[in-house]
Amino acid sequence: MEQQCWITTEPLEIEEVTKRVIRREAGAVNTFIGTVREFTKGKRTLFLQYETYKEMAEKKLEQITKEIDQQWPSAEVAIAHRIGRLEITDIAVIIAVSTPHRNDSYEASRYAIERIKEIVPIWKKEYWEDGEEWIGDQKEVRPGVPLKEEIK
Amino acid sequence: MNTLLFFAGLKEAIGTDEVRLVAAGMTLGEVKEKVRAEYSLDQVNNCMMAVNEEFAPEDTTITEGDTIAFIPPVSGG
Repeated sequence: MEQQCWITTEPLEIEEVTKRVIRREAGAVNTFIGTVREFTKGKRTLFLQYETYKEMAEKKLEQITKEIDQQWPSAEVAIAHRIGRLEITDIAVIIAVSTPHRNDSYEASRYAIERIKEIVPIWKKEYWEDGEEWIGDQKEVRPGVPLKEEIK
Repeated sequence: MNTLLFFAGLKEAIGTDEVRLVAAGMTLGEVKEKVRAEYSLDQVNNCMMAVNEEFAPEDTTITEGDTIAFIPPVSGG
């Protein structure tokens, strides 16, 4: 079977991701595309630099697909994340979810992106006209101690 | 021997992405405190910790050969 979750320095192709979940049982394919935004709270971003702990990040992406499988057993999920230097409008992440009926595909897709922002070791550094900064908005409850469900 | 991995802002603050340390027998929390003290870096406190590519609680005892990763707040997506 083809890999369902991967991290790459290459530009992401939407069809590469959606083709992994399209199947006869599905009546809905929800595709979420995260892109590089130019302005954040009035501040102009020039480009982003993404970095990852690849071995762990791919495992954590796989874990998210397993969590989705538990909550939405009829869903098929594929996730691709790009790292390295990304320009404005470049695609950083693609999540494709197929389900028999549309509602589950929206819910599972939302779940996937929220979990990526919680447990997948990928970091982005924003470069502005006047500086640079590592961004981090981990939704930790207690610093340094992962949530129980994160230790699986 | 154990390997400590640092990423993102923490890597830049420490100046390297990898440090070798004999940590067998220590707890993960003790390793974290040692790094925090040695580099005078309170941002270590904001890190989640992983052992061999899995998140682990701070009372985990390190064994020979374990790879310990300091995971600063993530920002993928």
